[in-house]
Amino acid sequence: MIMQRPTIMQRTALILFYGACLFAITTQAAEAAAPREVFEAEANRIAVIDRISQQTVAIFDSAGQGGGSGVLISSDGYALTNFHVASPCGVAMKCGLADGKLYDAVLVGLDPTGDVALIKLLGRTDFPAAELGDSDAARQGDWVLVLGNPFLLAEDFQPTVTYGILSGTHRYQYPAGTLLEYADCLQTDASINPGNSGGPLFDAEGRLIGINGRGSFEKRGRVNVGVGYAISINQIKRFLSHLKAGRLVDHATLGATVASVEGGRVVVDDLLESSDAYRRGLRYGDYLVAFGGRDLHSANALKNVLGTYPTGWRVPVEFRREEQAFRANVRLASLHAMGELESLIANQAKNPTPIEPPGPKDDKEKKGLPILLPKKAKKIEMPEAVKQVYEKREGFANYWFNRQYQQRLAESCRQWKCLDPSRPLTLKATDRQGESVRLVGDEATGEFRSQRGQFFARFEGAYHEEVGPPGSGGFLAASAEWRQLLSHGFDGSGEVFYFGQLPFGEDLELHDCLVTFHRGAKTHFYFDAKRGDLVGMELFLADDRDPCEVRFSDFQAWGDGLLPFTWHVKFGDSTYTEFKVDHYSQNAQAKEFADE
Amino acid sequence: MPFLEESVTNALTPWPSLQKKGPGRRGLLLALAAIFVAVHFFLVANFATAADHFDFASVNRYAQQRSVKIYGAGGMRQLEAYQSGMLVSSEGHVATAQSLVLDQDEATVVLGDGRRYTGRVVGVDLVAEVALLKIDAEGEELPHFDLSRTPDVFTGMRLLAFSNLYNVATGDEPVSVLHGSLSAIAPLEARRGAFATRYRGEVYIVDAATNNPGAAGGVLVDLAGNPIGMLGKEVRSQVTGAWLHYALPWSQVAASVEKIRSGRRDPSSTELSSTAPELPERPATFDSLGFHLLPNVVPRTPPYVDYVTQGSLAQGAGILPDDLVLAIGGRITGTRTEVERALSHVGLGERLLVTILRDDQLVEVELKPSESKE
Repeated sequence: MIMQRPTIMQRTALILFYGACLFAITTQAAEAAAPREVFEAEANRIAVIDRISQQTVAIFDSAGQGGGSGVLISSDGYALTNFHVASPCGVAMKCGLADGKLYDAVLVGLDPTGDVALIKLLGRTDFPAAELGDSDAARQGDWVLVLGNPFLLAEDFQPTVTYGILSGTHRYQYPAGTLLEYADCLQTDASINPGNSGGPLFDAEGRLIGINGRGSFEKRGRVNVGVGYAISINQIKRFLSHLKAGRLVDHATLGATVASVEGGRVVVDDLLESSDAYRRGLRYGDYLVAFGGRDLHSANALKNVLGTYPTGWRVPVEFRREEQAFRANVRLASLHAMGELESLIANQAKNPTPIEPPGPKDDKEKKGLPILLPKKAKKIEMPEAVKQVYEKREGFANYWFNRQYQQRLAESCRQWKCLDPSRPLTLKATDRQGESVRLVGDEATGEFRSQRGQFFARFEGAYHEEVGPPGSGGFLAASAEWRQLLSHGFDGSGEVFYFGQLPFGEDLELHDCLVTFHRGAKTHFYFDAKRGDLVGMELFLADDRDPCEVRFSDFQAWGDGLLPFTWHVKFGDSTYTEFKVDHYSQNAQAKEFADE
Repeated sequence: MPFLEESVTNALTPWPSLQKKGPGRRGLLLALAAIFVAVHFFLVANFATAADHFDFASVNRYAQQRSVKIYGAGGMRQLEAYQSGMLVSSEGHVATAQSLVLDQDEATVVLGDGRRYTGRVVGVDLVAEVALLKIDAEGEELPHFDLSRTPDVFTGMRLLAFSNLYNVATGDEPVSVLHGSLSAIAPLEARRGAFATRYRGEVYIVDAATNNPGAAGGVLVDLAGNPIGMLGKEVRSQVTGAWLHYALPWSQVAASVEKIRSGRRDPSSTELSSTAPELPERPATFDSLGFHLLPNVVPRTPPYVDYVTQGSLAQGAGILPDDLVLAIGGRITGTRTEVERALSHVGLGERLLVTILRDDQLVEVELKPSESKE
């Protein structure tokens, strides 16, 4: 048998030879056809996926009944996910990372309208964190990567990677039910399935540009049909400090409604006279040209961009009346009334809808995928590590985090408690006209003298709505609140919380904002985000009125701390007074000195 | 040849085992397999380079300028009042999928730049389910996809699909774009609800979820922006029940559009336009054609064939009693009255294309009166 083989062998050998030649040719051709860049791109993609896999979180509720995905954004463990993922988990949850370890995590902040939640993983200070990208720079057609835990597949928490392109940008998706509005979101054809909710959308370089949370499904049950939506990271950036403050944050309204008219113009067709937009000069029939730096060509465009701002934010608005152009910084009001968000959340908790992801239209298919079983969850004891970083308070997701920020502000602010609460404070100054100005105050009284006149106030209970001086918006009350904060800190009576960062001042720079409620008035105190100095305040005597605004600058040593030596008092768009302090004094004779 | 054989022997000498034992042959097979793998890699690498060269922004711009959104009838649950389409002529012809959205013979067409027009239905190809609309862009030369293109289509090629699926793109937003590959070229064996699709020809099966609500009529392009096909409606495989994502080949789209346009004596005129098209002096009649419909018993009597005259044109062409006349010369005929109206547009001696539904099958028959002059 063997002896007869050679001819066959020779034939096969011939084939082999041809094959070898072909191999040589094709290898060469392959090298020629696929330039080094292709392999480099591939290697780069693998490296990117390797890196971002470490940053992706698999989230489970404590009872192991459901979950979703998330993404780490800081090395101390802050992670983003969806409201509709975190909310059913309650305060404590378990988070798995690609290293195969399970970490305790605590709820920090909630944005029910924007479907965002901030949680904090505990137990490490060196978590691998994602780099935040710029979602406004993302373009239709860009390659994107989606990581997460679809169908809660990964037992070892190694995230599932899917890829696609951005099918659309600046999309608007109507609220599902009463909450969960996706404004200015990103649309992708990368597979997003139940369990991907809350997970990251990365650009091709591995920068975080969105949080996935929603898909269009309709007739097909809850599986990917090539249409997924992600909340843009630029929206989340605005809310981030508010979420870190442990708050239940709200979105905003302009106080005006608009309609599209021909020629791509947007006309104001209704307006609340109590709104800041009205006070800043916007009127019925004006054409809105731009909002927050974005040109408007349709009513939808305004709805879209408005949905990305938190309440209290000041946004540059451009509008036209006849041929005149106007520009104003308009403060946005809350979208929901006080307590409304809480009751909406409570209602949602009673009927644990969706949840994964919140398909708006497919109620019939709701039971499709048991990612979250609305069974009676066993009462599970909160882990000790979580207990230590949680404090319940109405209107907050986790007040413990708010308290941390308050303390941080107090520690870094060099004006903090530098006044003696037991003594009156006298301030002698010179205004821009060279006239002398005097401000005297103690716990119960306030007095202001300038060339405009002499004004007194006695403080008993709530501030009078007409507290003087007239045309200042209540400067006597504002200076009393300033003195109160600088002498008592948080020990004074009234409610205090850290709001997060808000734009303040001429150039709308972000400042840390502390809110106090005292004597019936709400006050915003603005702290320089870097140095910690108290650089401004706004005292609101009524919701539908401009606040009395004071800007502090020119800080100089005084006693153990620093005090501002320039005050700029504004009401609405006009300056009430601006003065340079000659000296502060806090002695028992202050009264006499003031009465000279 | 001897030289070659010699070389072969030389080449083989370092592998003595090959000449003796079975395992050696296995090794040889492995080597062959490796060669195939190498060839495969070569091809894959080729695709990769092709992909690297495309400039998405310009392809996107090109396709967006030629894609349209269409809004019309519907709006009830699971009957969307919107779909997609594409410009196919500089004077404003829009090809799209024939559907209920076009039920009112006109629909709003929104161009890529947000401009809105009223599009009138020029005609439909009921078999391929292609409809042709015409917008009046007032003499403007519109950018359009070239119907005469014969694209290079092969399984595995990468594709982009442009459509307004789920009506995500409202107002003047650009339509959505999905990416995918051509999975297969195969005859369509699908159903919509309980009914089999009419078109049975070859279609392009795509691995991306292209065929969603509102996507029908959208365009499938290659990575250079060349049109490959028109996205179909939402259908399921008759075999597995899985949702099938497919597109009608470009050649079929072109043929359908051509059929619709040539089915009209004046492609730019429509029956709805105020200036009535010229009617033939002696129009075709039921008697001349040799088939008769059920009498008008209700206001909208469906045009079922009642009987066929012996030895008539109709009998010769194969029309049978109980056939439902869906269209005459490209005009949709929903009622007996509409058949009469359609016939009034056809001259007595003219050739006539009749589309009929028989059981579940669409049948097109041609009546050629010239053969039997009265």
